Amino acid sequence: MDKRFFFEKYGLNDKDVERYLAAALSAGGDYADLYFEYVTSTALSVDESMVKSASQGISAGCGVRVVAGERTGYAYTDDLAPERILHAAKTAAMIASGPAKTPVVNLKTNLRHDLYPVVVASVDAEIRQKLDLVMRADRAARAFDPRVKEVRASYADELKRVLVIGSDGTYAEDSQPLTRMSVFVIAKSGETSAKGTSGGGGRHALDAFLLEKTPEHFAREAARQSIIQLDARECPAGDMEVVLGPGWPGILLHEAIGHGLEADFNRKKTSAFAGLLGKRVASDKCTVVDNGTVPGRRGSLNVDDEGNPTSNTVLIEKGILKGYLADKLSARLMGLPNTGNGRRESYEHIPMPRMTNTYMLAGEDLPEDILRSVKRGLYAVNFGGGQVDITNGKFVFAASEAYLIEDGKITAPLKNATLIGNGPDVLTRVSMVGNDLQLDEGVGTCGKDGQSVPVGVGIPTLKVDRMTVGGTGTAE
Amino acid sequence: MATTTLTQIDLKELAADVVRRAMRMGATAAECVVGEGSEFSTAVRLGEVETLKESGSKALGVRVFLGQHTANTSTSDLSTEGIDQMVRSAIELAKVTSEDPFAGIPEASQLGQIPGDLDLYYDDVYSLSTADRIDYARRAEKAAMSADPRIQNSEGGSFDAATGRKVLANSHGFVGEYQRSYCSVSAVPIAIDEQGKMQHDYWYSMSRTLKKLESPEEVGRIAAERTLRRLGARKVKTQRVPIIFDQQTSRSLLDHIFDAVNGDAIYRHASYLTGKLGEKIAGGNITVIDDGTIPGGFGTSPFDSEGVPTRRTVVIEDGVLKSYMLNTYTAKKLGLATTGNASRGLAGTPGIGNGNFFLQPGTRTPTEMIADIKEGLYVTEFLGFGVNLVTGDFSRGASGLWIHNGELTFPVEEITVAGNLKDMWLNVAEIGNDLEWRGAVACPTIRIEGMTVAGE
Repeated sequence: MDKRFFFEKYGLNDKDVERYLAAALSAGGDYADLYFEYVTSTALSVDESMVKSASQGISAGCGVRVVAGERTGYAYTDDLAPERILHAAKTAAMIASGPAKTPVVNLKTNLRHDLYPVVVASVDAEIRQKLDLVMRADRAARAFDPRVKEVRASYADELKRVLVIGSDGTYAEDSQPLTRMSVFVIAKSGETSAKGTSGGGGRHALDAFLLEKTPEHFAREAARQSIIQLDARECPAGDMEVVLGPGWPGILLHEAIGHGLEADFNRKKTSAFAGLLGKRVASDKCTVVDNGTVPGRRGSLNVDDEGNPTSNTVLIEKGILKGYLADKLSARLMGLPNTGNGRRESYEHIPMPRMTNTYMLAGEDLPEDILRSVKRGLYAVNFGGGQVDITNGKFVFAASEAYLIEDGKITAPLKNATLIGNGPDVLTRVSMVGNDLQLDEGVGTCGKDGQSVPVGVGIPTLKVDRMTVGGTGTAE
Repeated sequence: MATTTLTQIDLKELAADVVRRAMRMGATAAECVVGEGSEFSTAVRLGEVETLKESGSKALGVRVFLGQHTANTSTSDLSTEGIDQMVRSAIELAKVTSEDPFAGIPEASQLGQIPGDLDLYYDDVYSLSTADRIDYARRAEKAAMSADPRIQNSEGGSFDAATGRKVLANSHGFVGEYQRSYCSVSAVPIAIDEQGKMQHDYWYSMSRTLKKLESPEEVGRIAAERTLRRLGARKVKTQRVPIIFDQQTSRSLLDHIFDAVNGDAIYRHASYLTGKLGEKIAGGNITVIDDGTIPGGFGTSPFDSEGVPTRRTVVIEDGVLKSYMLNTYTAKKLGLATTGNASRGLAGTPGIGNGNFFLQPGTRTPTEMIADIKEGLYVTEFLGFGVNLVTGDFSRGASGLWIHNGELTFPVEEITVAGNLKDMWLNVAEIGNDLEWRGAVACPTIRIEGMTVAGE
């Protein structure tokens, strides 16, 4: 669909591309690439049942990278005139200091997946259709319960067109749709207020919100959470058994192990996981993958932002650490396979190893058996964000919907509490793994070194024998 | 200060022209913002250059009104066609938004800018040669690496510089422009103990001028000190003890106050401080001020993102909530006047941003405050974002040092600290004298009673 989009829109031709790459390698270097990006986006929100905000934007630019050994030179321009790109290439070239090299330019499409064959991108759909989605969400949330007082529903989509041309013959074009809805609800009862949030989306057309996850689905979910939280009591504090529900609680994997397995941290030996390849880092019930090839998912990509096809990478197999997530630079320097995890936020950013969709494969336990096995513990089903300290391995994630488990039964809803643990050993205490793997609904955004990229997570119901829960109540 | 260049005149003309185009196409009011910036960054790791980055960008955004309907668009395509398309899309989009009686730009009488030199721009941040910039980063890392033999690895040293220009024009005829500069130096060393356990920490200095940037050696030395004191960290038992939050973590607690007085959260009932104006929401020792006019400040500008002059606002006085932080829209919704805190990038509707936001300092040093405590926790880092502004519930990962008999003893990690913001700010037992600006929000060391530490 977007074959040669940049060539046509900006009058680029083969000669130009060769000239830019030659300028990038004019002082030597091992590798250079050009990353062209053109993004169109729409955002709408309804608040107090009014469409108060509507935005559209266009952003375009080109980033030029030159790699020499472990060094990276980078420059970008948001003006795609030939002299500006050439200037960026010459600036990036300054990282190297040697004789000029000649790039291998190959303008034939490299191998790529076809994970989001969208006929009409959401960004091109009628604005009225998008408005209808947020209005429906607003109505459904308000209709859920009279205690629902405030509803904010938003919709956002973008279509990102990218073109990567590398001096090693890399040539990849992709057109990446991304759509998302979110609903935020506040419920009130007397003096007590509580919030609920929900949302989802992926690399799909608008239809998915009409046929599968409807605005009503997200609205009811946010409203349900807010009503439950009205009755939440103090969360206990201290070490206890923790059961994580399926889906979004997979953020555990993202924080506890995912970041620690990004190859750059391991190349520099700054990760608590450095040197643990082949060693046990989880119980034998745990197999964890990072899979960028799940069709339509928020974290999926036909090609990564260095032009390589994404892949399904086994990180942990039956408890043993098997692999790292690599980009071009770390694959070359570490002698690892390139797993297609080189990602960047935009043309303004240098690519680095990042996760795509990170999840644990299903086990054999029934979710109800897992809950029944807990005498007193926490059942956490929804989470806000998390964070990790790569170097000492400590990570947190904040439960936004959790319940007390007493004698194998779910009892009271609990107030928000942060869970904290140590990445390299938390999974060794996973004693039960459910047969109910779910991926999240498509809202995850991961931040690293100031760069945000969309990601996915997932787990089946899991039991961790001991984790520290940051409540305010007494643990007993 | 910089002299007026051709580019400056062009950008002001451009913004005013976009507003005129929008009005010609049928807008009843319009506002255009242009952002132009350049950045330079370098990272050095283990003495070798790791990255060099240098670039510039320019883009604009427009907000249009058709009566009480509004929409906004942005583009980085500054060609005549690109701008035309942006304005046309904004007008089309505004036709489908709801009629909102409170929508609008400020009144003409509210517009303006504070006069005089605000000390925000120094071209010296760009005066260094590439080699000298690299040297700054290298010196910071080297100072950290050579501080102690246990520092054996590094995430690097860095030197960054940036300049930015912002131009705003609206259909009341307001045209304003300002320029700001920034530079920073940082180091992130890694220390390893006898068991092979690693810890890292960081330190940095930032300034609007190279002249006031702390020396890379000083930054590296402090980074090393902060890293070394974490070695051998352990968990502690779950308990309630007095907690002292250092400048870095107290600033984060003050950020939560800013988020809770943000007019958007207030009118949406999304803050535990909604409806609390005039009430006691903190201890009598708490006075919080937002001041967008402090010369050289990281939160200073001559006017906000709607063209309203910035000002000094007392947010909390002796524990009583005196003012929310507002832009034009949230002020109208709440029947109040804007506090000149409109904030926006190029895309999207204006939100609320702080000026220089700070807690008034007390009289004693952090060391004296620590000396009062028999058993307690000194928190130096938060992990995660477990804060619910609707309820005030607070639970975040933490690390720091244990206080025993008035002294800092062993390092602590893998714990959480929890409470509720309502109680926490009522229970600030003492405020230190160490107010220091390392960004647009600053808070001295504070001691809070009654929070739960969760660990073993």
